[in-house]
Amino acid sequence: MEKRRIISVTVINEHGVLSRISGLFAGRGYNIESLTVAPIPETDLSRITIVTNGDAKILEQIIKQLHKLIPVLTVTENEDFLEKEMALIKIPIEEDIASIEVLCRAYSGHVANANEKYIIVAITDKPYRITSFLKAIKRFNPKEIIRSGVVALERY
Amino acid sequence: MPTKRLNGSEMLIEALRLEGIKVIFGYPGGAVLNVYDEIFKQNYFRHILTRHEQGAVHAADGYARASGEVGVAIITSGPGFTNAVTGIATAYTDSIPLVIISGQVPISQIGTDAFQEIDAVGISRPCTKHNFLVKNIQELPRILKEAFYIAKSGRPGPVLVDLPKDISATYGEFDYPQEVSLRTYKPTTKGNSRQIKKVVEALKIAKKPLFYIGGGAIISNASNIIQQLIEKTQIPALETLMARGIIPDNHPCLLGMVGMHGTYAANMAMYECDLLISLGARFDDRVTGKVSEFAKYAKIVHIDIDPSSIGKIIDVNFPIVGDLKNVCKDILHFIEESGGYDKNIIKEWRDLLTKYKTTHPLKYNDSSEILKPQWVISKIGEILKDKALVVTDVGQHQMWAAQFYPFNFPRQFITSGGLGTMGFGLPAGMGAKLAKENKIVINITGDGSILMNIQELMTCVEQKIPVINVILNNNYLGMVRQWQSFFYENRFSHTDLSLQPDFVKLTEAFGGKGYRIETKEEFEEALKDAIHSNIPCMLDVVIDRMEHVLPMVPGGAPLNKMILE
Repeated sequence: MEKRRIISVTVINEHGVLSRISGLFAGRGYNIESLTVAPIPETDLSRITIVTNGDAKILEQIIKQLHKLIPVLTVTENEDFLEKEMALIKIPIEEDIASIEVLCRAYSGHVANANEKYIIVAITDKPYRITSFLKAIKRFNPKEIIRSGVVALERY
Repeated sequence: MPTKRLNGSEMLIEALRLEGIKVIFGYPGGAVLNVYDEIFKQNYFRHILTRHEQGAVHAADGYARASGEVGVAIITSGPGFTNAVTGIATAYTDSIPLVIISGQVPISQIGTDAFQEIDAVGISRPCTKHNFLVKNIQELPRILKEAFYIAKSGRPGPVLVDLPKDISATYGEFDYPQEVSLRTYKPTTKGNSRQIKKVVEALKIAKKPLFYIGGGAIISNASNIIQQLIEKTQIPALETLMARGIIPDNHPCLLGMVGMHGTYAANMAMYECDLLISLGARFDDRVTGKVSEFAKYAKIVHIDIDPSSIGKIIDVNFPIVGDLKNVCKDILHFIEESGGYDKNIIKEWRDLLTKYKTTHPLKYNDSSEILKPQWVISKIGEILKDKALVVTDVGQHQMWAAQFYPFNFPRQFITSGGLGTMGFGLPAGMGAKLAKENKIVINITGDGSILMNIQELMTCVEQKIPVINVILNNNYLGMVRQWQSFFYENRFSHTDLSLQPDFVKLTEAFGGKGYRIETKEEFEEALKDAIHSNIPCMLDVVIDRMEHVLPMVPGGAPLNKMILE
């Protein structure tokens, strides 16, 4: 049965490591729904968070194949993760800003920038909540939407 | 060791010396000129100039397979590297330890589409165990040490070191590490004892147990311990293509090769067994046939040093990650510790398989009119037995060699199994001969395959490497034609190779010796002459055009549904 999964990978932060990971997914036909990567402060490591989907067998292979890559230190999956994602939405200034602000508050977001043409709202929330927010914001004719991809941390 | 100040090329030479490398294969070019200058000045190792980069990598591969050591090849950037890719991929698929040094354009030119620039690290990523682009001279000693360590440890494989031209001329401190400790790479070599005990328990009560031996047994040098295990238990065993030679040919427990062109007894045993113990095999599709029907009555034990092999194709009951030799030792130990093994429990099973062996041996209809390829292989085996290493290309001849040569020891059979690379045989044979100079090296090839790296005859002649090539010449791309016969209603689309060079003259043009052979007498005479002549030879053997490799399990069919005639 296909299921959405989060895989958290720590890697040595060296030249080409991201291409090894993305190449592994591409070459073996695994899906990447989202991928985020950034250095772990005060180490020589980076943490990569991958959201993928597949059945248990595929997932097992993904994890094993990730482990097989030389610069990969740990692969964590199936943990109780706290997930967060960010989205930025650019909306024409002519729209009903008061209503937008109400909507933002419901999703712990805020207006992050405004100029003579557009406002940009930022929200940070669970990925499915972001999806709902993006549905709701549609009526305000968003010009551009960008999602950050998921970052996730084990709760324990 | 005190550090020395060396340039990148000197460091490379020094590292190869410290790794104990005796022979390397390569082809020079612009980006490796500095390295070649140092090769010119040194006399630690022999450099074999091949006539194509693919030949260099296959030769290093053949050397590694025959010796069990790391093979080394050096090539230049751009086309030098891309020519080498097939060789690298071949080694990768069969888990062969190689270190490939490729030249690269100077760092300042990387990314500018410079002359002979290609992204070698990017291209080779999916077909190497690991690869490095050297960006700083100070990293080079560590990278070289790690390259050798990664290539030969765990599940072996090729490692590429891409060396920019300016780095090969830059000076730095050479401090070659004594040991490697990578915090992200620690292969498991010892199997889990509790799990191994469970396997022993299962093995003791199984009525139809079976050893399924793969190429990992060769890599792990586990032949002796596996033979002990078989002596102790008398459990029947079969070999994959890659494992030929682990069990001596005439051993009563050996059922022969399994898979698409496996023996009837081996394939039936695989289908009917109730406990399948995989020793370094990876359940390749050419072995399993239809996966849902594969060993469907059996509990499955999978022993592999690579965790990603386990559960990839087949769900297993007893996964064991570890080095095969260690795990087999533990199995043997636990059998003895728990009171030995009762062979009577498998008597019926052994009788059944012996019956299969007698009723359905490998067979062919010999002819007095035309040479049969199976006869040719059997004859070579009869004449050379253990004196030869047998190298092959890919196709029908490869399968006939695997079926009919009486292999008796590991590393006697050298073949491109996983990738199935035509053109592998001649260069790999060169490498094998250099690794085992006291053995006769026979390259069993086909009229399709031999032309794919024929230029290496020049290397053989120049370097006095007397590989004996035997072309089983059916004027066809035989294996493809066989599929067209069986599954495409005899539409032989582009498989007729009737237009051929005169292989005798061609070989003579390179400085070797050629023979055109149409009869049994001619063959025996030519082979004996070739063995004594001690120069590269080509035996162009005209065989029955329409001979098929049998048995055959059609792709996607279960193993018990073999085409037998």
